[in-house]
Amino acid sequence: MKKRYFGLVLYLVFAILPIYWMLNMSLKTNEEITGVFSLWPHQLTFANFRTILTDPAWYGGYINSLIYVGINTVLSVAVALPAAYAFSRYQFLGDKHLFFWLLTNRMSPPAVFLLPFFQLYSSVGLFDTHIAVAMAHMLFNVPLAVWILEGFMSGIPREIDETAYIDGYSFPRFFLRIFIPLIGAGIGVTAFFCFMFSWVELLLARTLTSVNAKPIVAIMTRTVSAAGMDWGVLAAAGVLTIVPGALVIWFVRNYIAKGFAMGRV
Amino acid sequence: MKPINNKAWLLVLPVVLCVAFSAVIPLMTVVNYSVQDILSPEQKVFVGTEWFKTVLRDPELHGALLRQIIFSATVLAIEIPLGIMLALALPAAGWRSSLALVLLAMPLLIPQNVVGTIWQIYGRTDIGLGGVALHALGTEYNYASNSLHAWLTVVVMDVWHWTPLIALLAFAGLRAIPEAYYQAARIDGASRWAVFRYIQLPKMRGVLLIGLLLRFMDSFMIYTEPFVLTGGGPGNATTFLSQYLTQKAVGQFDLGPAAAFSLVYFLIILLACFVFYTLLQQSQSADQKG
Repeated sequence: MKKRYFGLVLYLVFAILPIYWMLNMSLKTNEEITGVFSLWPHQLTFANFRTILTDPAWYGGYINSLIYVGINTVLSVAVALPAAYAFSRYQFLGDKHLFFWLLTNRMSPPAVFLLPFFQLYSSVGLFDTHIAVAMAHMLFNVPLAVWILEGFMSGIPREIDETAYIDGYSFPRFFLRIFIPLIGAGIGVTAFFCFMFSWVELLLARTLTSVNAKPIVAIMTRTVSAAGMDWGVLAAAGVLTIVPGALVIWFVRNYIAKGFAMGRV
Repeated sequence: MKPINNKAWLLVLPVVLCVAFSAVIPLMTVVNYSVQDILSPEQKVFVGTEWFKTVLRDPELHGALLRQIIFSATVLAIEIPLGIMLALALPAAGWRSSLALVLLAMPLLIPQNVVGTIWQIYGRTDIGLGGVALHALGTEYNYASNSLHAWLTVVVMDVWHWTPLIALLAFAGLRAIPEAYYQAARIDGASRWAVFRYIQLPKMRGVLLIGLLLRFMDSFMIYTEPFVLTGGGPGNATTFLSQYLTQKAVGQFDLGPAAAFSLVYFLIILLACFVFYTLLQQSQSADQKG
């Protein structure tokens, strides 16, 4: 038993060390970072975090990111729910081709779409808005959401639907009152993945924004090139980008394991 | 069998409209560019398949494609077995399980450029723990000047970032195996390996294929992490397909060739995924029969 955990703990140390190192740096002064090599901050300082939390140019980026990630997660799950139901319950003309077509959008490299996206969203007046980034991220999140939800829904017996219809439920009422509560865990897992992939994406988010909706990830890249050496603030910004994700993991940790097991995938 | 009902299209319609707006219009724009020589917004010349011929003969593209294939194959070969091993080692329940899951999943939620930044710092031989440790061990490690070291750093970074995804998926697959299977195996006196080979692995096949597919797509599209870490260098050791494409499209503003390149790139991924997807479908229908 002991041997089994040894490898796991070793891996977890490997996984956590780089993150610890960034946290360590975020709590140091720049002189200490470049001057001495220390395993923990000798002159503990919160100045780096204060810089970020008091400067609107910095914390605005977090707000922008959270807004478009939120819009994206809600929209992706909302449109994917009925579609996943259709795929899991019915055969219809072109269903298999449509499903694969959806998946192909998950496969298209964002680099391919950068310029056309920029032109498209500029021409409809959405450039530099949160909704533009949210729409662009739907390109890879919606197919994934449909895919995951379809797996969950197929794990629920069709007799439940039929019984509800016999009891006189209309489709919308059945779907909202009975079906959605049944796949709650699945929705949680799907929302987690949508949040994750949208939160970490940089290329599209950076291309589609300039000032008003500029995400934190893009603000960070600019600081690297301009200030160059301000490692402390950079590390503090990095630490703060992990916080929302860590909170989300904490809330869905039990669903993740249970979640996938339920569906047939 | 599922009932046939073409009204189901109404349920799929919102998804189709949303995705079509973000996918079909840009894709047609790319197709449009790929057959024209764009001198200025007013001056365009139709050149047919000229750009495709140029792109397919481009030795730099061949280099980037080869590096890409080697990179994707390497990370998949490490991440999938490692992820399975981690999933097998994870405690099944209790606070240890929760804690390990949360720690494990942390790297997944770090934005791509922050991943690059973390490793950029961590690998530095003056201020980074990883770089300093490797120097202390007597190596000449330096990712900024040595191509092999840069490449290895990108691989380790990708393994660090994405192995947890495979581990989480495999863990979910393992939890779905009923206890009765293990009891039967114990009665038969099955070895640890036999349990893995004939019970756990087949039961994880579905989730593993999803993991494989996601990791293949994403590793083939990797852009931000090496860009932040090394900017594609030293030389072009870590210039993968996306990076080369972006250099062409944004840096040199060569719209025509960049668009043709995009389409070729897209078709390569599409083809590979079609093969994986067909495998996935077959394994699912095999599961339903058996």
